[in-house]
Amino acid sequence: MIVIVMVFLGAGLFFLTVSTVGLIRLPDFLSRAHAVGKSETLGAMLVLIALAIYNGWALVSFKIFLIVFLVAVTNPTGVHAITRAAVRKRQAFWVREDDDQAHPTVPRAEEGS
Amino acid sequence: MTETILLGSAMYIAVLIAVNFYRVAVGPTIFDRLIAVGLVGNNAVLLIVLMGFLYGRMDMFLDLAITYAILNFVGVVALGKYLESAGSEGK
Repeated sequence: MIVIVMVFLGAGLFFLTVSTVGLIRLPDFLSRAHAVGKSETLGAMLVLIALAIYNGWALVSFKIFLIVFLVAVTNPTGVHAITRAAVRKRQAFWVREDDDQAHPTVPRAEEGS
Repeated sequence: MTETILLGSAMYIAVLIAVNFYRVAVGPTIFDRLIAVGLVGNNAVLLIVLMGFLYGRMDMFLDLAITYAILNFVGVVALGKYLESAGSEGK
């Protein structure tokens, strides 16, 4: 039992780390939203499922699974709302320096903008 | 043993929250700041649940965590809808 809890907890902390590294390291807004929207949801769900398994059958585990359902529904919805606002505002995104033919009509992300 | 691992996980999530505040402070556009604030709120829910296990008062801390998750979602979606209709250019 404790081995299963440790596996879920370790995987959840790994995916939380992945989302934080993506938020810090990736070059523009859309790729950061890509990193946050999926791996943060998976990491939070894995950590909460590990705590529910550790607690055992009780009302507390039911509440934890309620939080799991809430996170699984609301976190991608929130990220999608912000990303849709950014796309509607025509946020410039990052392209490679030597790639002249990629999306020639879309404005490039300027340095420091 | 298990208490130590749960305490270590809580401290690690606290460190992740502190790292995320870099993007909140520096992030070039307001959308970067907003998405980083959503990530901080989501990590704070996990931190509240872990604190409940460490203090042994799960019933109170889990209600706090549910409330915090709902408030985080409502705040992020409201700010997203506002920025979609506002006149700023996302600076």
